[in-house]
Amino acid sequence: MEKAIVLAASAIGAGIAMIAGFGPGVGEGYAVGKACEAIGRQPEAQGDITRTMLVGCAIAESTGIYSLVIALILLFVNPFVGQL
Amino acid sequence: MNGPQILFVIPILGGIPVTETVRNSWIAMAVIFLVALWLASGLKKVPGRKQAVAELAVNTIYNLVGNTMGKDKLYFAPYMGTLFVFSLCSSLLSLFGFRPPTGDLNTTMCWALITFGMIQVFGVKSKGLYAKLHTLIEPMPLMFPLNFIGEFSNPVSMMFRHFGNIAAGIAITSLLYSGLAAASNILLGWFTSIPILQLGIPAILSVYFDLFTSCLQPYIFIMLTMVYVSNSME
Repeated sequence: MEKAIVLAASAIGAGIAMIAGFGPGVGEGYAVGKACEAIGRQPEAQGDITRTMLVGCAIAESTGIYSLVIALILLFVNPFVGQL
Repeated sequence: MNGPQILFVIPILGGIPVTETVRNSWIAMAVIFLVALWLASGLKKVPGRKQAVAELAVNTIYNLVGNTMGKDKLYFAPYMGTLFVFSLCSSLLSLFGFRPPTGDLNTTMCWALITFGMIQVFGVKSKGLYAKLHTLIEPMPLMFPLNFIGEFSNPVSMMFRHFGNIAAGIAITSLLYSGLAAASNILLGWFTSIPILQLGIPAILSVYFDLFTSCLQPYIFIMLTMVYVSNSME
């Protein structure tokens, strides 16, 4: 019974953790939109803008990746089941 | 999704387990070694077609390092190129059905630790120990805890980023395969037991998760390494 509660709570927690994917999505979309504007204004700088944008997107992605790691830990190497 | 399987255990020092990750890293190393050997054999003054490809690759890395870190730090280019090629080959192994070594936190953690060591060593080397330690209490001593944590959070975020992107690909691909197997069992179960829906559909996702992510993440990893190392040296 206790184990069932812990497993259910872990599954729900993993789902809630992935809500953090919302933030990087919005942020990266904004960044890409701005990059498109910049390329439209200055097409010859496309290479530099794309390169900077990709690195910026990767950094903005960090929070989403952290939540993914927490979700993976909860789903596959659950630390709470062992504490019962 | 399961972790990498342990293939066999080397019976020294209390048993060293050799996992899929290690085997696939060896495969990637062998591929890189053979390709590099083939590309670098028979170099001539006037480049042929094969040598032109090799020179293009080397020049691209040197230009990237020169543009990002400055022309005076070109000696980092061999390391960055090696890391890029190894990471790329490791991730692209997933195209052939192997478990990519970069989908294991151990691999990316090693690379992030190397980056961390480079940041500290080259920072001390170019600035001196006192100036390097003094950056911890800039702009004021009150910021010391934040700066101290910040030093360690860079490699942690780098290792989680590379691992997370590849592992997310593995997890979603395996979810998709089992989902398609269930779907074709329900829809076409009366007809055949072969999961027909698994044909073709995963290839579309594979373009993003295997090709795009595998090519982008090594680039981002070496880019961040270069930025952090050159920042700590200035």
